[in-house]
Amino acid sequence: MEERRATVSRRKAYYTNKIKRAVHLLFYRRHRKPGVKGWELRKALGSDYPKVLRILDKHLRALDLQVKTVFEGEKPTGKPSLDQLNKARFCVTLRGELTPKEAKMIGWRIDDLAGLAIAISHIMSKKGKASRKEVEELLRDKLPRWKVGINVDRYIRYGYLAQDEHEQLYLDWRTNTEVDQKALINLVLSTEA
Amino acid sequence: MQSNRTRKKLGREELQRIIETCKSVEERSLDPFLIEVDEAINVIREYFPEWELPDDLCLDAETIHHLASAIKLQNEWVKHRSTSLYTDPFLLEEKLKRIGKESVVKIFLKAWHPIVELEQISLHSLAEAIKYWKSLLPLNERWKESFPEQIETGLLTRDELIRQRILGDKVFSEELENYWEKLKREVEKRGEDGRIRYWDFIGAETYEETVQKAFMTSFLVTYGYATLEMYPLEEEIFLKPYKKPLTKIGEKQLVSIPIAIMVKDWMKWKKGELQ
Repeated sequence: MEERRATVSRRKAYYTNKIKRAVHLLFYRRHRKPGVKGWELRKALGSDYPKVLRILDKHLRALDLQVKTVFEGEKPTGKPSLDQLNKARFCVTLRGELTPKEAKMIGWRIDDLAGLAIAISHIMSKKGKASRKEVEELLRDKLPRWKVGINVDRYIRYGYLAQDEHEQLYLDWRTNTEVDQKALINLVLSTEA
Repeated sequence: MQSNRTRKKLGREELQRIIETCKSVEERSLDPFLIEVDEAINVIREYFPEWELPDDLCLDAETIHHLASAIKLQNEWVKHRSTSLYTDPFLLEEKLKRIGKESVVKIFLKAWHPIVELEQISLHSLAEAIKYWKSLLPLNERWKESFPEQIETGLLTRDELIRQRILGDKVFSEELENYWEKLKREVEKRGEDGRIRYWDFIGAETYEETVQKAFMTSFLVTYGYATLEMYPLEEEIFLKPYKKPLTKIGEKQLVSIPIAIMVKDWMKWKKGELQ
């Protein structure tokens, strides 16, 4: 009995240490893009890092946060393989929702946020690729003309959108990490105008 | 009955047309089903026995490559339409136009889970900053006072501006119109089918003059006074003046066509070797 208690306590201490280390890696920005790659976590935490992240995710639930996994390419349908996890990016995101007031507090004007929502929805409906010209035209409907170009550049700089040499816009890494795209489309379509 | 040469030329044009259509679908994200794959394959198959030269066979391979990309796009298109993420773009656009800004934000906030991140200074960046600070010169050394030479302001005449090459000796538009008239006269005199070979028009006694003429010709094309007809396979370029300048040229998507005016080409042209 005593021996079992000692084993449990050792295991608890082991995971507590790993969780602390995972928090340091996930919360503090190490690269240009926030988040940590799976292989980096494996190197720092050991091969059982998916389990460490699962436990951390449970702890974060109480704080309305979550560990988000962003897979390279399409999201796997079943349980992801170790290789897919190693290549994926992990970061901590908000689990619930922000209120408009809170969004303002973190530096987003309502106009800019509405513009971002419109740009993302439009690009999604166009199979993930739309010309900058048509996105800007759509934004001009609700935003002042002079602001539209500046805003699109800002969305690109933040990593929500990407632009190629033909001035085509795509959804970039931040949209794939932060936005529940399916929910967004469903919400837009189900809203009464 | 078509001669073999004409048929080959026609075949090359057909293949080029298929390539261009595929490219525009790829680059401008148009509906990939605009490409009639069966029809394109029939064209490729029809002309394939004609090809003997490596260039023609390469063109054939390139057409198949572009067609394969278009089929891939069609596949992706169908796949996307069958997913739950597919929404009719027009329906969504209409909806987005009708919803107010505040509602859009409320909707977005329900689907948006921003990343939590902290930016902090590291030991490494502190060390770099100290290194930079040590090597930084004091302000009084960096901003040494310098007194710029005082120059009296005055007026310049138009002749002086022309002499200093700030202004041309004619108003540019006037010069361009005269040049256009010259092109029309040359086409009447030496051209056929209302066009003239590019080099026959720009070629001059000296290389400098040739470059100057090529420069002016580029403005004729850009401003809609003339157009270029290019036959890349035959390496032939023709210049065709319009009867009236095109005023709606800005509404179309413009394409830049670089044409190198090399000394060796000019010399070949002078010797009559440049076709």
